Amino acid sequence: MIEARGVSHRYGDRVVLRDVDVRITEQRVGVVGANGSGKSTFARLVNGLVLPTAGRVRVDGLDTRTDGRAVRRRVGFCFTDPDAQIVMPTVAEDVAFGLRRRGRSRVESRTRVRDALAAYGLAEHADHPAHLLSGGQKQLLALASVLVTEPAVLVTDEPTTLLDLRNAQLVSRVVAGLPQQVLLVTHHLDLLDAFDRVLVFDEGRLVCDDLPAEAVGFYRKLMR
Amino acid sequence: MSPLGLYVPGTSPVHRAPAAAKLVGLVALGVLSVWLDRPWQVAAVVGLVLASYALAGLSWRHAAGQLRPLAWVGAFTGIFHLLVNGVERALVVVGVLAVLVLLAGLVTLTTRTTDLVDAVVAGCRPLRAVGVDPERVGLMIALGIRCVPVVVGLAEEVRDAQRARGLTASPRAFAVPLIVRALRHADALGEALVARGVDD
Repeated sequence: MIEARGVSHRYGDRVVLRDVDVRITEQRVGVVGANGSGKSTFARLVNGLVLPTAGRVRVDGLDTRTDGRAVRRRVGFCFTDPDAQIVMPTVAEDVAFGLRRRGRSRVESRTRVRDALAAYGLAEHADHPAHLLSGGQKQLLALASVLVTEPAVLVTDEPTTLLDLRNAQLVSRVVAGLPQQVLLVTHHLDLLDAFDRVLVFDEGRLVCDDLPAEAVGFYRKLMR
Repeated sequence: MSPLGLYVPGTSPVHRAPAAAKLVGLVALGVLSVWLDRPWQVAAVVGLVLASYALAGLSWRHAAGQLRPLAWVGAFTGIFHLLVNGVERALVVVGVLAVLVLLAGLVTLTTRTTDLVDAVVAGCRPLRAVGVDPERVGLMIALGIRCVPVVVGLAEEVRDAQRARGLTASPRAFAVPLIVRALRHADALGEALVARGVDD
């Protein structure tokens, strides 16, 4: 369960989130809003990448301020630009990176990496340089690298924004089939049709919290 | 194949050799290269290094790919020594440079980055006593290798953007956006590392 109580955040003098109160228990939750609306900051608050300047964010009862490490172990984060989150030179090494950081043995890491690469269609690229993958494959690698550590929640910040339609559909299919609770920040509104709930942010405020059809309709009107 | 010295999978004896042994061998040969002062000696060592590439199942293209980034430095150094010290010295200096680059390339082409990092981390462990964090040193090396193709890609994007706007070659117009993009990438990479638990 993700819970934000009285959450505000400011960068210097600029307030990017104001008094957000929300409790999320659903498995599939979308987050939409214009550029600069505060949706990406909200996503970063859930992982503890950003700490609120006021209020509290809790994930399964763990406070992002005081239990940051435990929260990051529970919440995987996938960024818009896969190039910025692939930290090792080859595909298999990048997937293994998170496991090694968590003290998994070399043998266990190897098995889990092999399974993860197979699950995301990257098995034949295991030893390839990550920078030679296509955009869609890079995003799948980024997802695999996060999900191999088995987080309970996956937060993805516009994972399809830089991808063409085919790759965007591929990544969204993978995200749709995950067992994890997913918080998806996106501008691709059609991805949210099958979601349980959608949050709409505008100028730092949570202005709509509803079922996908209603929330997306509200957002479309807001953007006119 | 990567011209940037990244791992090429294989099962050759060179691939199977321990990463630590390859790194120690690289350092030792680098030190010993100081004593090479005849063109035939350098030619013999170049031959040995190229034979090692063949033993590792790597083609001449792999070897050439390692030398390509050295072309300008090699040409400048060679001409300088040709004018100042004569043809023999020029051949020796450029040859030794090529040997060192080829050897370093051979190590990275036949060793997984994780194995290299593990070897460096193990080697740095005694330095923990003086405050060095071996894991951070290893991560720094891995990120350094990973960032080479990223920066090359950023440079290509900046050059394309300049061409599209009809700008002529200007070092400042090239360097400023490249540095800004590289810093932005570093910022995003740092955030990703924190998200993946590196700071924990």
